[in-house]
Amino acid sequence: MDIYLVEALLNGLLLGGVLALLALGLNLIFGVIDVVWIAYAELVMCGMYVVYWLLALAALIAILSVAVLGLLVHQLIIAPILGSPAINQLLATGGLLFFLQSFATLLFGTDFRNIGLRLPILEFADMNVSFARLIAFGVAVLGAGALYGFLSKSFLGTAIRAIGQDREIVGLMGVDQRRIYLVTSAIGGALAGLAACLLVLQYDVHPFIGLSFGPITFMICVLGGLGNMLGGFVAAFIMSEIISVGGFYFSQEIGEVLAFVVFIALIFVRPQGIFGRS
Amino acid sequence: MLAVESLTKSFDGFRAVNRVSFELRKGEILGLIGPNGSGKSTIFNLIAGALRPTSGSIRLDGSEIGGMSADQVCHLGLARTFQIPRPFRKLSLLGNVALAAFFGQRQRVTRGEAERQAARALELAGLPSDPRATTGGLGAAGLKKLELARALATQPRILLADESLGGLDHTEMDQAAAVLERIRAELGITIIWVEHIMGVLMRVVDRVIVLDHGENIFEGAPTEVAQDPRVIEVYLGKGHK
Repeated sequence: MDIYLVEALLNGLLLGGVLALLALGLNLIFGVIDVVWIAYAELVMCGMYVVYWLLALAALIAILSVAVLGLLVHQLIIAPILGSPAINQLLATGGLLFFLQSFATLLFGTDFRNIGLRLPILEFADMNVSFARLIAFGVAVLGAGALYGFLSKSFLGTAIRAIGQDREIVGLMGVDQRRIYLVTSAIGGALAGLAACLLVLQYDVHPFIGLSFGPITFMICVLGGLGNMLGGFVAAFIMSEIISVGGFYFSQEIGEVLAFVVFIALIFVRPQGIFGRS
Repeated sequence: MLAVESLTKSFDGFRAVNRVSFELRKGEILGLIGPNGSGKSTIFNLIAGALRPTSGSIRLDGSEIGGMSADQVCHLGLARTFQIPRPFRKLSLLGNVALAAFFGQRQRVTRGEAERQAARALELAGLPSDPRATTGGLGAAGLKKLELARALATQPRILLADESLGGLDHTEMDQAAAVLERIRAELGITIIWVEHIMGVLMRVVDRVIVLDHGENIFEGAPTEVAQDPRVIEVYLGKGHK
């Protein structure tokens, strides 16, 4: 096989790790609280700024501050409209998306900023692989694994999964639904913060960086079956491979166009997503 | 210990429960019967915090609990089972019940203690406490037992048992009745038992309340209920003498 194709496949795999992490956070929120955070990638953008400004201790602070941001999003925006129609909730988080973009522009301007940290490119077997991508992939997979462990092994995690299935019964078992929603929102925020730490190693920060990841993350979630965390995880790698390999044969843009075409085709065949139940 | 007073619940003007009053005495088994749609399950939902009363009061040991959320009511020692069993299929039997033991008590317990309590509740309800047992092979009777085990795991003082689905044969109903009697005898739990047919219930309960169209039409000993003209009318139809 062509060594450059192998390199493209490898890069696709590495890109998939971070996309999977983003899809995981969004799916968690949707699966548990039944609300779509359309501004999710903007939380990532906020996290990237935190890393940019506070490089020392940055990762930890970025994760914590986006977790708090997630908590605030739930408490201030979602909780008051939890009972209203889905479209209103979508519009409210859509409003948040524009608010965060504009607020970031106001604070930081539209300059592209990077942390000035240039990680080396690894060369092996005639392939070039970015060290930043390798780290991002490794940490993303570890993060996803940690979340999986928490959700399947701890009582709190089990309650989080259970509440998505049956709100009423979980209440009768003494689980406080509001507390679960807050914890879930904070975890969703922390995942966005973690993704921000990984992305800032590879991309410049600017107020509209969310647009580079938001649409693809939603596509991945829908493709995997909205709310289905395993489906989203797998779909992330399918999409990232299409983008990367398409980019290798044609160009980065065509790669993304191909990803959307495949998405549209698959959604025609399976509207509930590849892993969703009808 | 539980006092319900002129409890009313309207859905868009329709009164599902209309000024119902009754008192639950410590240590008794109180039967709540009535035809389908008579308001039995709505009363359970109001007491357990799934619904908010339109008016009236529900007092537990003198303090108002009407309008509290389900988890708050659960932490006060009130547990209910559902008419239609709803287990979490992805969790094991023990996992289902341990979740209730862990979150259902006001005092937090450790993981090990929650699992021990869950195993005890499963045994009491007549199910295997083996951690590998799944919900997969359970039939209607088994799922009912799981509902009961889950309610018991929250260590309640009062159990609201909704058995009104039927779906059980005579032997299974006798077993269910025996389990409720055992729960009262061994754990000292006070019970309200909802059923829409009289049968087995009458042999077990101390007192019975009959509901019709959301109203309390009879309250008294199970021996008297069959002679009450209004109850006869509701159950056997007008014109029956």
